This record gives sequence, structure tokens and C-alpha cells, in this order.
Amino acid sequence: MKFTLKIWRQKNVTEKGEMVSYDVSDISPDSSFFEMLDTLNQQLIMTGGDPVSFDHDCREGICGTCSLYINGRPHGPVKGVTTCQLHMRSFTSGSTIQIEPWRAKAFPVISDLIVDRSAFDSIIQAGGYVSVNTGGVPDANTIPVPKERSDAAFDAASCIGCGACVAACSNAAAMLFIGAKVSHLSQLPQGKVEATKRVLKMVARMDELGFGNCSNTYACEAECPKGISVANIARMNRGFIGAKLFSEKEKIIKESL
Amino acid sequence: MTRLNAGIPEGPLAGKWTAYKSGCKLVNPSNKRKLDIIVIGTGLAGASAAASLGELGYKVKVFCYQDTPRRAHSIAAQGGINAAKNYPNDGDSAYRLFYDTIKGGDYRAREANVYRLAEVSNQIIDLCVAQGVPFARDYGGLLANRSFGGAQVSRTFYARGQTGQQLLLGAYSALSRQIAAGNVTLFNRRDVLDTVLVDGKARGIIARNLVTGEIERHAAHAVVLANGGYGNVFFLSTNAMGSNVTPAWSAYKKGAMFANPSFTQIHPTCIPVHGDAQSKLTLMSESLRNDGRIWVPARKKDVEKLRAQSIKPSDIPEGDRDYYLERRYPAFGNLVPRDVASRAAKERCDAGFGVGRTGVAVYLDFADAIKRKGHDTIDALYGNLFQMYEQIVAESPYETPMMIYPAVHYTMGGLWVDYNLMTTIPGLYAIGECNFSDHGANRLGASALMQGLADGYFVLPYTIGNYLAAEIHTPRFDTAAPEFTVAAEAVSDRLNQMKNSGGKESVDHFHRRLGKIMWEYCGMARNDAGLTEALYLITELRHEYSRGVRIPGALDEYNPELEKACRVADFIELGELMVRDAQQRKESCGGHFREEYQTSEGEALRNDEKFAFVAGWEYRGREVAAGLHREELQFNEIKLSQRSYK
Repeated sequence: MKFTLKIWRQKNVTEKGEMVSYDVSDISPDSSFFEMLDTLNQQLIMTGGDPVSFDHDCREGICGTCSLYINGRPHGPVKGVTTCQLHMRSFTSGSTIQIEPWRAKAFPVISDLIVDRSAFDSIIQAGGYVSVNTGGVPDANTIPVPKERSDAAFDAASCIGCGACVAACSNAAAMLFIGAKVSHLSQLPQGKVEATKRVLKMVARMDELGFGNCSNTYACEAECPKGISVANIARMNRGFIGAKLFSEKEKIIKESL
Repeated sequence: MTRLNAGIPEGPLAGKWTAYKSGCKLVNPSNKRKLDIIVIGTGLAGASAAASLGELGYKVKVFCYQDTPRRAHSIAAQGGINAAKNYPNDGDSAYRLFYDTIKGGDYRAREANVYRLAEVSNQIIDLCVAQGVPFARDYGGLLANRSFGGAQVSRTFYARGQTGQQLLLGAYSALSRQIAAGNVTLFNRRDVLDTVLVDGKARGIIARNLVTGEIERHAAHAVVLANGGYGNVFFLSTNAMGSNVTPAWSAYKKGAMFANPSFTQIHPTCIPVHGDAQSKLTLMSESLRNDGRIWVPARKKDVEKLRAQSIKPSDIPEGDRDYYLERRYPAFGNLVPRDVASRAAKERCDAGFGVGRTGVAVYLDFADAIKRKGHDTIDALYGNLFQMYEQIVAESPYETPMMIYPAVHYTMGGLWVDYNLMTTIPGLYAIGECNFSDHGANRLGASALMQGLADGYFVLPYTIGNYLAAEIHTPRFDTAAPEFTVAAEAVSDRLNQMKNSGGKESVDHFHRRLGKIMWEYCGMARNDAGLTEALYLITELRHEYSRGVRIPGALDEYNPELEKACRVADFIELGELMVRDAQQRKESCGGHFREEYQTSEGEALRNDEKFAFVAGWEYRGREVAAGLHREELQFNEIKLSQRSYK
């Protein structure tokens, strides 16, 4: 197979970028998208060019490192897969493929197709955990958790933190990412204890970091490689409003004392 | 002559760890704040260690090459994590888990370390549940267990096919909490390129900021390596693209011994290679062997027809199929340990019975299981794996058998550590896959996650205190000290030299060549002549590499080719050591199969009299062969026997 690639090239965060065209040929339909880019890079290295930088690591769809915006869609045209699990058989030979980085204010470009997603770490640091220390915890079977709950928590927990939801959103909102973490933990008895504080802290951090508001278009769910449902956003909003009301009530009680 | 003293506590096996904990030195909380610890790697071992040490009050700096700690390759582990909870009431105990691990490792692991591992396994499950890890549960709301990788008890806890991911997210959340608390500082997108010693003790590291190219110096009272395995020495493996040996290798060159480097696990159930552009291999969880049956055609005629695509696998009648694992190992059948299953697949393919376009694959067939259990049950058990397979191969395992072939998956060898998990350099620890200690010559399924978390959560936090108790008067280090300057300059010189060597070929070109040599001569089957040949080829490759490799871009910018160049330089040197190790071990054990040493039935033939030892290799210079030290293994609890799965 052969392709014309139009790729975003940008040296670093300060310099301006542009789309540059490249041709690749002799690509096997069984090659992954990254193996196709590897071929391009080998070609560039051997001809004295500058290889294209892109984020990738596990190449089996689970680490969440890869982050390409292909033909206007995060992770390309196939539903439910990450870029690394995309194969060239999903494209037509001879076609032109546009490749860009995630576009979001909170994700500045580091180099070419690589963006800085440390904002996601920052959100988790704000409260995306259960405050337990190593040791001193009860036996794992002390608290039964209904299977349906546990399964629902798992569905939310399967978020890989790739950022496709942000890239897909016209407002670059991180609601699905946070909603998934909030839902995962608040549905389990272990995480419920801190649920109120957690949602307030994570949402506050999200606002600080420059993510936009929910666009209510559900593009995040449509493009999520792990199929995380927007129901998680609803669950987060419910938790958030409840927490806000609760904290207002607390304030009034305190002031009246 | 040996310098390898494991420092195993006295007393009966089951009481050693308790006795150690009762007797080890402690550091009081106000002193912990004055002590710095560097942790390299944020997989299960590194993240759990950094979080736990932060909770204790130490000042921790944690490094990873990924953009965030949550992406470390532990995330890819599918199957599960073992623990001796005995929830299913099927007779499990810490002793049985210990026994199975030693036996599965073909009696090349240290009894005391493995017993401790089995002992703390239950605490891991408790902690992970408390962190919110969504393990699979039964309808009663309690945790589900499954049998895994040939174990005769159900001791494996799992979270669908994503156990590693969920456990890592648990450790990552604990780590994030400590980062927020200010006890841990995260350095992401960093490659650790050297270990710094001051007066013989590990006191810091030299790192390269992968975004800016800056060479950084970091000092600490102790350094913990948790940089994972080195399977990428084979170029094609199930490891992540960035997985590398560099931090451990830099420690080796500074005096930490490297143990059993040739012990590599070749996993039997991976998706076969599709062609020359292949960049990595994908594992299909071992749990598939619980229900899938492995076979190849019994008649060459059918093999040819399959390759010509004139028949489908389902056209071959039952009687003309060779279920070779069931045939050779009636007691364990498709559930024999990984090393045995891998070798058997290679044997059939080498004999010309392999299937697929390349002839280097065997079938893993679910037709019987679907008939017996129903489509829905199989879907609930393996749905996500089937999907993953279909995505890569474009065939549905519901309709046609999967094709699989062994691939490099895990490295049992690693830095030599004592009972404290300390290397031969004082103050330098190695935990998780990057040490050698618990899996002997073959790792059992669902034991890697257990070991990584055991080391990080429950072992290192005790043993490192025992060392640091004597360091409370040591002030924080100044990275302007000459030791740091020398190391930083050496790293810069090395990078400069590599960058400006002006070679013709790319890094990948050399890496692929190294991989082919290793796979051919130091892979599933090894022999003396092949290993001698490999040694010659690798030395030649190393010289060629040092004469020049083509690295575009600059040193002070984001430069993935430069990153790879450093990693591959170390892989080439490591490859040489692996071959030497394989050559000196004149026996077959676990994943190390020497063709000269096999039973008449083609099974691995150990030589306990001469080789019941850990081979610790000491670096003696680039052009000098490494020195071999032996740690004799004492088996007081377990009687050594020939593994039999027949």
C-alpha cells in the first residue's frame, strides 16, 4: 500500500508549526499505523531528514501513551481502538492521511505530534485516590461489594488517560476523564468515604488547568478508545452538585454557631 | 571465591521474615524527613515503593521515561495476581505458593526470598482492594479467584483481562497522593543514564531530560532501581517500546553484579510475527489456555493445504490433528508451564508442522470450549482478548482458531540482590523485574505482579530502613561534588560521541540485527556452538556500532533516536553477557534449554550437583570478559526433583 501523509511538524513548544507532506510506499496492510510511521522515519533518517516525533509505548492499546489525531478524529477512523491498534488495512491505498497532535490549551505541544498531558496527573493528584496507607487495612473480603457495582466501577476504571476525550471535545473539556475516576471510586465502598471532597477538589483543579466546559455533544464517548460512557459525567455532576450544596449547608451551620 | 552473601536470617523458613522485621533497625519520623531516596521506574514495583516510602516520611524523587507514571509497562499484564488467600477453600497456603514458585522456577531461586514473597502476597490483595482496585467478584460480592498457568489451586485474583492496569492505577493513585502531599517529587520524561557512587555507596544518578536534553544530577541517601526487564534485547518482544536495561546496566558497570542474565521467559501465547516491518509482539493472556486447545495438523499434507489456503483449519478432522501438549503431557495438557509449552510449539514448527502464512505458528482452538460452555460464557471470559486478536489479525477466534507463537515476555535474570533487595553496591536496591531474586529459571503466571508489589509495598520499606538507620547523620549531598561532575561529564561525552560518530545505519538497523542473533542463538533452545557463534557476532556488532550509528537531530532537544541509541548500546553489551551466562550454564533448567542437556524424551535436564547456583557477573571493563561469582543455593525445605507434568 502507499500513502501521502500530511503531518504536523513543530520543533518545540515555542516555535510555530506547519503541515508537511510525505510519501510512503510498500506498506503491508497488516502493519500497524505506527509501523507505517516507523517506515517513514527510517526513510527520513536515511535521507538526512528529521524523523517525526510521536508518543507511543506499549503498542498494544493499554498504556494510553499514543495520541494521534488522524483525519480529524482522535485515534483515527476505527471505533474503540487506540492509535497503536489501528492497522493500515483500515485505510485505502493511495489516500492522503492527515496526522495532527491533540489540540487543547491544557495540552501544549512538546514536539511534532507529542503533547504534554501532565494536567491529567495534576487532576489525579488533586483527589483521584483513596486515602489509605500501605498496611493496616482490613482483609479484602471484609466488605462485600455487589457484583453489578463492582463491574460498573470497573467500566469507569478502564480509562487509560490518553486524552482522546479532550481532543474530541469542541471545548477541550476533561469531564469524561474526571467523571470516569470519580465514578470508579465513588461506586466502591472503599472510595465512597471521600467522594464528596474528591469531586470538589478534582473539578476545582480541572478549572485551574484551562480545560473547557462540557459541550454536551458526547463526542468524548464516541471517540473514547475504551468506550467510557458519558453516564459517568452525569454521575460526577450529581456528586458535584450534592457536594456543593452540602458544603454550603456546612458553612451556614458553622456561621450560625 | 565469592562475594555473594545473601544475608538470609537464621531460624526456620516460615519465621525468617517475622524475625527480620522484629530485629531490623528503624528510623524515627523526624529523621526520615532528612533522608532522600531516588526511585527509578514507576511500574508496580517503583510506584508502590515510592508511594510507601513517601507515606513513611522519606523524601522521595521518582523517575520515569514515560510522560506519566501510570503508563509503565506493568499496565499490560493481563491475567492476574497470585495470593495465598485460600478463599476458595481448595487447600492453598503460603507454603504451597512458595513450593509452586520454587518448583516452577526449576529450583534456581532462593528459598527465603520466595517464602517471604508468598507470605506477604495476602497483604497485597487487602491493600489493593482498600485502594479501590476493582477486582472481579462473585454474585455474593466477594472476590473471585481463578486457576492460572497450570496451578492446581485457584489463587489468582484478576480484573478482567486488565489486572496489571488496575493494579498500576492503584499504585499510581497512592503515588499521586504522596506527590500532592509533597513527599514525592515526580521527574517524568527522564532517562536515567548513570549511577553515582560516593565512597563506594550509591548516592545519586545522572538523568537526561528527554524534552530539553538537559543532563541533570540528582543526589540521595539511597537509590532504588525499578526499571523493569530487558526483553527488548531481542528487538521483538511483548515489552513496551521504551522498556530498557539502561539504569540497571549503568549500575552493573559501577559494580553491581548481574545475576542469571540468560534466564529469559518466552511466553507461549503471543500473536505471531506478520512481517519485516513488525515493531513489537502482542501477548494473548495465558488464561486462554484454560479453555483453548493447542494443536497443529498431524499430517504434512494438511499443512501444505492450509498454507495454500485450499482448506480451512476446521476442515481437518479430529483424528488428523495433533494436540501435542495433551499428547505429551496428559496430566497437565494445555496447562503446562510456559517454558514447556513454548518449547513444544517450537519443536512442532521446526519439524515442519507450523501453520499460518509463515509456518511459524500453532492453533489455539476454542471450538470445543464454545460448544461446551456456550458462546456467552466464553465471551464473558475472553471477550476483550478475542477482540484484541481480531483487531490485529482480522480473524475472529469465535469462527477460526487463533494462531499463536512464543515470544519473549519476561526476564527472570537481573541485578543480584541479597535478602534486603540490596545489590552488591551498598545503598543501591533493585526491585521488581529488574532484580533476579524470586522466579529462578522460569516465572509462573500471575507472579510478576505479585513480586513487583510485594517488593515495593511490603519488603523494601522495611529493608531500606535497616540501611538508612546508619545514614541519619549523613547530610544531604551537594551535586557539585566531583563524583557527580565526573559522572555527568562522562554521560555528556558518551552522548556527544554517539551523536557525532557519523554512521550510515540507523539505531533500529543495529537493534534488529542484535535481536535476530539473540533469538536465533540465545532464545528458546541454545547450544555451545551457537552461543560461540553469537558471541562472535555480537562482538562484531558492538564494534560496528561504536564506529558509527546515524542519529539525526541535536542533543539539546526532544530526540527519540538518541534515546534509542543509548538503550541499544547497552542492549548490545547485555546480549554479550547473556550469551556468556548461557554458555557457562551447562544444564537445562526452566527457560534455559541447552540442547546438549535433555532427557531422552526431550525434556530439560538439570544438573543440581554442579549448577544449583546463582551466577553473579562482575563487570571488569569493556574489552574484558565479565567475572563469574557463584551464590550456592541451599534447599533446606524442598527436595529437588525433576519437574514432571506428564
